[in-house]
Amino acid sequence: MTLPKPVVLLAAIAPVAVFIVLAIALAFGLSNDPAALPSVLVGKPAPTFALGPVRENDTGFSTADITGKVAVINIFGSWCSACRLEHPTLMDLAARGVKIHGIDWKDDPADGAAWLARFGDPYARVGDDQTGRLALDLGVSGAPETFIIDKTGRIRYKLVGPITPERWRDEMAPLIAQLEAGQ
Amino acid sequence: MIAEVGRFCLILALIITSVQVVAGLWGARRQNAQLMTITTSAAVAQFIFIALAFALLVWLFVVSDFSVMVVAANSATIKPMFYKITSTWGNHEGSMLLWVLILAFFGAAIGMFGRNMPAPFKARVLGVQGLISLGFLAFIIFTSSPFARLFPVPVEGAGFNPLLQDPGLAAHPPLLYLGYVGFSTAFSFAIAALIEGRSDTVWVRYARPWIIIAWICLTIGITLGSLWAYYELGWGGWWFWDPVENASLMPWLLGTALVHSALVVERRFALVRWTILLGILTFSMSLLGTFVVRSGILTSVHAFAVDPARGAFILVLLVLATGGGLALYAIRSPVLGAGRVFSLVSREGSLVLNNILLVTVTGTVFLGTFYPLLIDLLTEDKISVGAPFYAMTFVPMAAPLLLVMVIGPMLSWRRDSGQGLLGRLAPALFVGFTVLVLVAAGTHGAKVIAALWLAMAAWIVVGSLMILVRRTRVGQVSLPESLTLLKALPPATFGLVLAHAGIGMLVAGLAGGALFKQEGVAMLGAGQSVPFIGRTLTLTGVQPGREANYEFVRGRIEIRRGAGKPGLLFPERRFYPERQSDTTEAGVRVTPLGNLYVALGDQAEDGRWTIRYYSHPLAVWIWLGGGVMALGGGVALFDRRNWLTPERQPAREVQTSGSAPA
Repeated sequence: MTLPKPVVLLAAIAPVAVFIVLAIALAFGLSNDPAALPSVLVGKPAPTFALGPVRENDTGFSTADITGKVAVINIFGSWCSACRLEHPTLMDLAARGVKIHGIDWKDDPADGAAWLARFGDPYARVGDDQTGRLALDLGVSGAPETFIIDKTGRIRYKLVGPITPERWRDEMAPLIAQLEAGQ
Repeated sequence: MIAEVGRFCLILALIITSVQVVAGLWGARRQNAQLMTITTSAAVAQFIFIALAFALLVWLFVVSDFSVMVVAANSATIKPMFYKITSTWGNHEGSMLLWVLILAFFGAAIGMFGRNMPAPFKARVLGVQGLISLGFLAFIIFTSSPFARLFPVPVEGAGFNPLLQDPGLAAHPPLLYLGYVGFSTAFSFAIAALIEGRSDTVWVRYARPWIIIAWICLTIGITLGSLWAYYELGWGGWWFWDPVENASLMPWLLGTALVHSALVVERRFALVRWTILLGILTFSMSLLGTFVVRSGILTSVHAFAVDPARGAFILVLLVLATGGGLALYAIRSPVLGAGRVFSLVSREGSLVLNNILLVTVTGTVFLGTFYPLLIDLLTEDKISVGAPFYAMTFVPMAAPLLLVMVIGPMLSWRRDSGQGLLGRLAPALFVGFTVLVLVAAGTHGAKVIAALWLAMAAWIVVGSLMILVRRTRVGQVSLPESLTLLKALPPATFGLVLAHAGIGMLVAGLAGGALFKQEGVAMLGAGQSVPFIGRTLTLTGVQPGREANYEFVRGRIEIRRGAGKPGLLFPERRFYPERQSDTTEAGVRVTPLGNLYVALGDQAEDGRWTIRYYSHPLAVWIWLGGGVMALGGGVALFDRRNWLTPERQPAREVQTSGSAPA
């Protein structure tokens, strides 16, 4: 195959050019705080929803379950490896009596239920969002994500990525206490 | 004292490696025979000192010397000896030492067994190999010394991640590293070829056996890793598209492309530049994988020890190696010859398609792995991409690859009329179609996708065997004549058939295990039963017990089908007090047709146990397929053409009556 000279030169330079872009991205990735907080939807009212069940003999999860209460909602999926990482923290919180609701996102409910059976079920209510409709309305970009919603149904906090015990202790628990106290 | 000797060995190795680099690259440039000889000795000496350091580290683990930090952090006196030894590489420092040990091993092996290589070329290869060693030795000595001391000395060590206390761990990382790091040879040979401006097939001929060895080890390593995940993680999965798994899959995919394109360079002298680029990229994927695992830049269940400073160091090494290699490629590759012309419908043509598809598939895995990082950078969101992404991208692109891999070996080199191709493929088409119809009808049309994949598997296995039929001209000549032809076939042909058939088995296992999977959960008290796929599972007891390093509860499950003798499974849960954590050991009954997989869950307050049970039809073929593929690589390695000097090698294989040898 005899290629024209410009093509040959382009083909020679392209790999290193692409790599430079990648290396810069990786360098930024290293210096990036992996748990920086986004604040896009915070302050806006949460969408209303009524999700089907994930667990067997369960009623699912809907707006009625959290109306007038401060609610912690966690987005997860059986396919999500970062959720596995987060899971022990959730189990720990659940064991301490913290009520966390789960949304099984883009997942076969049977897989989600099996996942919960396997690793333990930290959730008070669990809803199935296989289609991703609710997650879309919530502005979910990936799993895991966690929302705190106040008594009036407004999103007050959004965490992208796994909950860590430190983050819970330093940010989320105080905020929940404050919201429970009525501002 | 021993730790200090170990540290000293590493520093000596660093100095020797510097000599190796300078003598190799400078000596080749000056055509100085003495310097070039020193390079080989230095490569061997470097390996000896790193091996000594590694042996000393193993010894420190064996005697539980808790004055050494890694030992204190990763071992304990009560641990069985076997796991004391394996925990040498179950931590960051030790695993990096293993990494350079294997790197040095390949350098020394090239030095010892590459006697027939032209001296300047060999010196350059070892020089480049030494450059990589230099970077990683510096990394170990300056940021991750395994011989750092701890004071005050603790009385007992902190233990060891229980998930890793498994025989699988003993073999998995070393094999994975042999593969991963073995691809450094592809890099060194490619860079040496670029430095020399060689546009001949010499570098590929010499590099090919090493590339195949690396590929075999990586194949076995990945297969073992997925097997380990299957029975250890307790939920019956074997591949999770986890960043760390992807990090080993990407070099494998590119390495596979490289093995194929190297074939084209060697036999037909085409794709010359492309193959050099692939050589650089394949090892870059290994480096990138190391970076991902060691920096913790991506969230992963595998990230055991992460530290941004170490990540930065490896990133610098990655930039130097890959960036440097690609820059050299940008400068030198236009000078290289372009190679011979071939028609689109030909063996070469099919191998080009193979390369395009493999690289694209690697691209999707790459995207899936690094997309979360990109999103993190651009929007500060942290997400993870899961199986649905790969089901949408990887799987559809793998399908044409699987079609091509059967057609390609049926084509002639250079040009193929395509006439009679249908005839050559007829048996594979027939069997594939039969499987499709039988499975689709057998499942009443409910599992068409699964039927298609199983048909694909049959197509590959039969199509691969048809290569033998075609090469031995069965049906065209008498049977004894065919047998004579069979005996005369080069090992490479058998390697090809095995490796391809292995892929077919793998596809059958994946399709069966994923698409026909059945599962259930039950709460069982002792003596209670549950029906499952025509069998009765009965929990006949749960026994607690204790081993040296863990406590366990072991369920006894009877599987009854009809009146025959019941089968027994013993799923376990283990508790490791030193780390306060649990692991699961599933009970698996393996048959060629399918696995019955039972895992023991928690005990409820009323004394009943959660039992999860799965049926994974054909799943065992996943690992058998991986093994057969590796075996194919091993057989191909014995092909004499891998070990001949180019001078003695005939310019072109004599073609027997139109059909080309593999």
